Amino acid sequence: MKREEQRLIFELSRPGRSGGSLPENDVPEINVNELFSSDYIRKDEPELPEVSELQLIRHYTALSNRNFGVDSGFYPLGSCTMKYNPKVNEGIARMAGFAHIHPYQPESQVQGALQMMYELQDSLAAITGMNTVTLQSAAGAQGEWTGLMIIRAFHEANGDHQRTKVIVPDSAHGTNPASASVAGFDPVTVKTDERGLVDLEHLREVTGPDTAALMLTNPNTLGLFEEDIVEMAEIIHDAGGKLYYDGANSNAIMGKTSPGDMGFDVVHLNLHKTFTGPHGGGGPGSGPVGVKEELVPYLPKPLLVKDGEDYTWNYDRPEAIGRIKPFYGNFGINVRAYAYIRTMGPTGLHQVSENAVLNANYLMKRLEPYYDIPYQQYCKHEFVLSAKRQKKLGVRALDIAKRLLDYGYHPPTIYFPLNVEECMMIEPTETESKETLDEFADAMIAIAKEAEEEPDQVLEAPHETVISRLDETQAARKPILRYEKAKEEQ
Amino acid sequence: MTHRYLPMTEDDRREMLETVGASDVSELFSDIPKSVRLDQGLDVRKALSEPALIEYFQTLAARNDSIKKYPSFLGAGVYDHHIPSTVDAVISRSEFYTAYTPYQPEVSQGELQAVYEFQSMIATLTGMEIANSSMYDGHTSLAEAALMAATQKRMKKQTILISETVHPEARDVVQTFVNGPRLNLETVPSEKGVTDVQALKEMISSDVAGVIVQYPNFYGTIEDLTQLREAADEVGALLIVKSNPLALGVLTPPGDFGADVVVGDTQPFGIQGQYGGPHCGYFATKKTFMRKVPGRLVGETVDEEGQRGYVLTLQAREQHIRRDKATSNICSNQALNALASSVAMSAFGKKGVKEMAVQNVQKAHYAKTSLKDAGFTIVHDGPHFNEFVVDVGRPAVEVNKELFSEGIIGGLDLGRFSPEQEQHMLVCVTELRKKEEIDQFVAALKAKK
Repeated sequence: MKREEQRLIFELSRPGRSGGSLPENDVPEINVNELFSSDYIRKDEPELPEVSELQLIRHYTALSNRNFGVDSGFYPLGSCTMKYNPKVNEGIARMAGFAHIHPYQPESQVQGALQMMYELQDSLAAITGMNTVTLQSAAGAQGEWTGLMIIRAFHEANGDHQRTKVIVPDSAHGTNPASASVAGFDPVTVKTDERGLVDLEHLREVTGPDTAALMLTNPNTLGLFEEDIVEMAEIIHDAGGKLYYDGANSNAIMGKTSPGDMGFDVVHLNLHKTFTGPHGGGGPGSGPVGVKEELVPYLPKPLLVKDGEDYTWNYDRPEAIGRIKPFYGNFGINVRAYAYIRTMGPTGLHQVSENAVLNANYLMKRLEPYYDIPYQQYCKHEFVLSAKRQKKLGVRALDIAKRLLDYGYHPPTIYFPLNVEECMMIEPTETESKETLDEFADAMIAIAKEAEEEPDQVLEAPHETVISRLDETQAARKPILRYEKAKEEQ
Repeated sequence: MTHRYLPMTEDDRREMLETVGASDVSELFSDIPKSVRLDQGLDVRKALSEPALIEYFQTLAARNDSIKKYPSFLGAGVYDHHIPSTVDAVISRSEFYTAYTPYQPEVSQGELQAVYEFQSMIATLTGMEIANSSMYDGHTSLAEAALMAATQKRMKKQTILISETVHPEARDVVQTFVNGPRLNLETVPSEKGVTDVQALKEMISSDVAGVIVQYPNFYGTIEDLTQLREAADEVGALLIVKSNPLALGVLTPPGDFGADVVVGDTQPFGIQGQYGGPHCGYFATKKTFMRKVPGRLVGETVDEEGQRGYVLTLQAREQHIRRDKATSNICSNQALNALASSVAMSAFGKKGVKEMAVQNVQKAHYAKTSLKDAGFTIVHDGPHFNEFVVDVGRPAVEVNKELFSEGIIGGLDLGRFSPEQEQHMLVCVTELRKKEEIDQFVAALKAKK
């Protein structure tokens, strides 16, 4: 691969060039100087680029060629569910009746949109075993915070002001303790035991009258099903707390079990993971929240309801936690998710989880002779391996990840969860074929051999990318966060 | 035949199970306690083929009246602007939209550089030193700014003041967010459609961590940022300004008035309305607050050979490192929409963004003058960007119904937020509204007076 720098779009700019087109101004001209006082009229123009349309397209095409997506190749990023993003969904989301509707149009003008949202809410309620679902929250982390604010409102309504603690496993996503904190709770950590599951004894110790909730991902971030879930639910419920389900890993359980059946009271789902809303290079996502009956009054407003044949927004919700987002959530992502659910149907979704789990177990088995597998039981949709055997040879998980880039793969999640040494967390998803899994396994095996026989090959990786390893220390020590025109150019 | 998204054949399944050492797939789920296993299929509708799926969604879409079919005078945070064709061409590149957060910079230079360029564009547009990679939307970005103001003061100051002229839904969102750490949110009243600076001066105290205003504000009018800055300075409070970024093509940016944080939504640049989301929040601030900023930041650095490249940086602020001590719980953001906005800003460019902003001013003032000539009262008359409030003489909700029967989507009925404003309509006029459409709108309103 040719290593060369890609110029910034600002560096392509030439004064007076343009790549846009505006309508003719067909109203009488007024001088803005006559409308605004001079202090409020911008003097220095913003340093936006000035490029032609072709320059713009070549620039962004070049950038896209320096980027790797699911369509480029295998992307087994653990806990992110990098499955195929169906093309038909993109077309559907761009239909004028979805893409070009305004949130303040009267309900009578957007009944199709409301019907779509209502049916999606119903489907998600069925999948999660919850009573009511809101589509308001923008992403997983916002869903977590929303769910916790709901739990807080419930406890406060019962006069339970002493419930200030939220229990989070040490293997949880970082968003869990962060969301608990932002929702005004103190996070408490519960340990993982030698099985890779929540330590029940420790859970009993940390649970008490100050417990507001337990947040749990099930299967957990090690890809293991928390098989004591029924006892855990009892421990928390007996103490008067609520169970929060982080739906990041729900791709493993559709049609097999549901958070509602497991005893959870609140759930969020990541529609950009399990339900194929594309990841977009980091977003937008969508993080609907579902709750059991008892918590419905606290759902954020407005809430979509069906009144006879009509769909309407209900704002009259005195116990609601308030508004969490402008308008009605990330509608465009919700359209895609519903298109996916309608594509798969009940048996298809069930098949999705079965295939995702079989793919993960197969890949784990193929890698077992070459890497340490800390937890030997069947995994669910993902598994973790440890590169501690390779570390003894001086090769770390980071190096293996970088070497995978040369083989044409996006590496797995690395160094997470924190409780596994030299961790690599691999989630193949159901949309990958056996051949892809075999080729990836072959690459991982080849790298394990390289680590023994020619470690420099791995340590100096990547060799085939447009850029070599970047100096992240310098980036943080002397942050340069924007382009600024050099003085001599001005 | 397999499903088109599920490549596993019966042969594959058999071979894989053999390798795994399981007799059948259900064995892989044996760790799920029997008492919580689902014994019946999911209660969702049956699968549709691709043609049936398209037809189903076409039917639903057809039950919505698109603002591309009828001229619309709705704004209030979501605007009907021209989206250059280049935007969809770029965001449809699946190397962008099927990627995730650029954790592996060597194969994510495209996304990282695009974000870096976005940060640069937002910083220059707002007149601020730095900007982050994006937030969910303008309202939650504002709420995060309020939280940052309090944490920046180490939670010793617990009050946030917010002007009544900030979008009512944004005020609601800020309220919900500040309920988390139990901060006080107090509303500063308005006078003639702008923040009442005198009232603000009386409300301000040493407990105030931040003062929030909108510029141009919810009613489209221009706040006096010089006076607001002075008022905030009296107690060392942060001045947080929510701005429509397009307006900053013609208006002096908040950074020039000394704003500490500027937030808003880049929807006016290249993002479809989509019934309100996803859009794209932005967050710009001073370098002083660099390590308190919520969300992702991309920075420039060099690789081992000294070649320039980009990485996610200052991650010690973030949830995946700091967990409960993080500056925010935000994880995913709106990267693809930030890309859409970058493309639109680049397409229009330095001159085009200004011209577009000026056109919005022209069209809105033409509409306003025409309404005045037709005998309507403009509520809070003054300089506006592309929105203003008109008293339509009758409940706006009824007027809108009648307008729609004539094929016009009227402005926002402010009675939605307060009953005493039921005759007030917030009218938005962008560059896309033709003179003819504005004239029809004015004539139709006049006929209903």
